[in-house]
Amino acid sequence: MFTQVEKTPAQTEQMSETRLIRYVDALREAFEEEMARDPKVFLFGLDVDDHKGIQGSTIGLQEKFGKDRVFCTPLSEDAMTGVAIGAAIAGYRPIHVHIRMDFMLLCMNQLVNMAAKSHYMYNGQVKVPLVVRTMIGRSWGQGGQHSQALHSMFMHVPGLKVVAPANAHDAKGCMISAIRDNNPVIFIEHRLLYSTEGYVPTKSYEVPLGKARILTEGTDITIVAVSHMVMEALRAKKHLESVGINAEVIDPITLWPLDMETIMQSVKKTGKLLMVDNAWLTCGASSEILTRAMEMCQEEDISIPSLARMGFAPTTCPTTKPLENLFYPDARSIAVKAYQMTQGKKAKTWEPPVSANTEIDAFKGPF
Amino acid sequence: MYDQIITARLYKTMLLIRQIELRIAEIYYTDAIKSPVHLSVGQESIAVGVCDALEKDDIVSNTYRCHATYIAKGGNLFEMMAELYGKATGCAGGKAGSMHLVDIKNGVMGASAVVGTTIPVATGYALAMQNEAKITGKQRVVVALCGDGGTEEGCFYESINFAALRKLPIIFICENNRLAIHTPLEKRWATDQLCERIATFGIKTHKIDDADVFTIRDTMVNALADIRKGSGPIFIECATYRWLEHVGPLDDHKDDYRNTKEYQTWKDNDQILRLGKMLDEKTRIQLEDEVALTLQQIEKFAEESPYPAAEELYTHVYAS
Ligand SMILES: Cc1ncc(C[n+]2csc(CCOP(=O)(O)OP(=O)(O)O)c2C)c(N)n1
Repeated sequence: MFTQVEKTPAQTEQMSETRLIRYVDALREAFEEEMARDPKVFLFGLDVDDHKGIQGSTIGLQEKFGKDRVFCTPLSEDAMTGVAIGAAIAGYRPIHVHIRMDFMLLCMNQLVNMAAKSHYMYNGQVKVPLVVRTMIGRSWGQGGQHSQALHSMFMHVPGLKVVAPANAHDAKGCMISAIRDNNPVIFIEHRLLYSTEGYVPTKSYEVPLGKARILTEGTDITIVAVSHMVMEALRAKKHLESVGINAEVIDPITLWPLDMETIMQSVKKTGKLLMVDNAWLTCGASSEILTRAMEMCQEEDISIPSLARMGFAPTTCPTTKPLENLFYPDARSIAVKAYQMTQGKKAKTWEPPVSANTEIDAFKGPF
Repeated sequence: MYDQIITARLYKTMLLIRQIELRIAEIYYTDAIKSPVHLSVGQESIAVGVCDALEKDDIVSNTYRCHATYIAKGGNLFEMMAELYGKATGCAGGKAGSMHLVDIKNGVMGASAVVGTTIPVATGYALAMQNEAKITGKQRVVVALCGDGGTEEGCFYESINFAALRKLPIIFICENNRLAIHTPLEKRWATDQLCERIATFGIKTHKIDDADVFTIRDTMVNALADIRKGSGPIFIECATYRWLEHVGPLDDHKDDYRNTKEYQTWKDNDQILRLGKMLDEKTRIQLEDEVALTLQQIEKFAEESPYPAAEELYTHVYAS
């Protein structure tokens, strides 16, 4: 298993006991605890009650909470999203599950025109406390239609919250917060994160939405990374350490609302911001974060930091491995970029060693 | 009764699909194919019965479970195998993998991994074919295949309504294996009356319960004759059974969503076995040898082909 062994600062603050569990099990615990706590919470979507249980994240829930609260649906994502919104407006707290983010494109009308707008448009008369769980795919030929990361589309729309936790601790805490939140929350998971392990408190806890996390402190450069890219950024940090560069790695966790304060505090210290998105760059989370950083510097009348960003290649994701490898940033390319930013253009070239086997290499299909 | 020539042809194509897919399953563990494979083992008679009735310039569209129709429609086998291997010589240069096979020259529209998405696209192709026929005088036909799960998407009904309204030259086919991944039909439909539902749109429907390859082919031949005369769309529901897991190389009948009795019934009804027995032994063995040789050749081609060069990452983002 690929473990994120270092405890995050917030975890050490929390006095409660922790244990090492997988991301996917952390999610399942969140559902189990919240469904036990609040009878209005229900979970539905394609395949949630089959024996594979959404990579294990919903295993046992139907046995425990019954078929009224945990059930599968026909392949009708558009209508099922509307159904979730209707139930939410009526006072329930649905969790609607999709096994790939790509399928949420079928839900866009309901999410954008209804879920995001109802509370405002009806002047507060209704609320839509809805969680939409969705998974970014990668590798083993997931290809063009099973690997998209579309968080920026949702960030664009006022009324939606967007979270993309990158470790087991934040997955559970954010899920609990999302379920308790009175707004539609797009909850973005990543196929390659499911098997990664992290320290998770035994007691229930919330990770507040809208708060970024400094994962490792550093002085030379700020690296902000999203979803699975957080793991790559943490590996990049190790590469950088070997050449004496100290990177501060920040996970925004919530992509909207965005915690720019935490990011800016770090950038003011390091003077350099490298944003690594787990998505395309154009009109993406990276555009937003870098623009906000510039605007905030201008507002405060301080000099603009050195800015750069990395993300998916601007193409459709190809299935064949040699091309797919070029599609994603990785620990080495992130480290090289950060190296260039800190050492200046004239610095001699540096090639970090090839990384040890990771969750990316370990992932095998068939899906 | 069918003559030996047609029987032999149907047998050979079904066998070709079966053997190619079983070979894919056999070598999957080597990781040479790094692509999610949705195999049609057990469902071959639909692809073959359907495509055998088509002309070369007719069109088929399908889902991610697309190997069978690709092969039956005459898609290039070398390019198919190379595509699965992610090679530059693949039908999409390695960019598509198993789920998006395409061969426009041979009338195979690109397959999609998002359930339902190809149904309206095929309908649009049929709209173009209807217009084209006014100029060429020849009515090409589009066949849109989907699974039972595909019929649950709104766009399925929207497409059928539009096709009926415009009398489009399209045959909608549902390969009803009663499963969507692991979820049985009973958990997704309140009634089993799919044909009855579709008929209310004002189109002719046919239900074929036994996957009989001859019945499927006959139904297609008649449907095509009507459509080429302008009858408008036709819907065919074909019952079938998926022998292997939803995605991947394994038999998953140990899992409790499966019914081994049902499996046995369908195995007893295997159209490949049946047609094999209808042929004289000499013919059958000759066909089997031909299939085996093809298999060797396409696998060798896929293995020996190069991977795409790095520049290929950025080709075809936009059309020139
Ligand atoms: C829009 C959409 N929703 C969900 C999925 C996930 N998914 C892939 S295959 C499948 C089952 C489809 O069943 P069916 O249409 O009967 O086809 P079969 O796999 O049996 O050939 C599902 C739910 C998807 N690919 N696309």
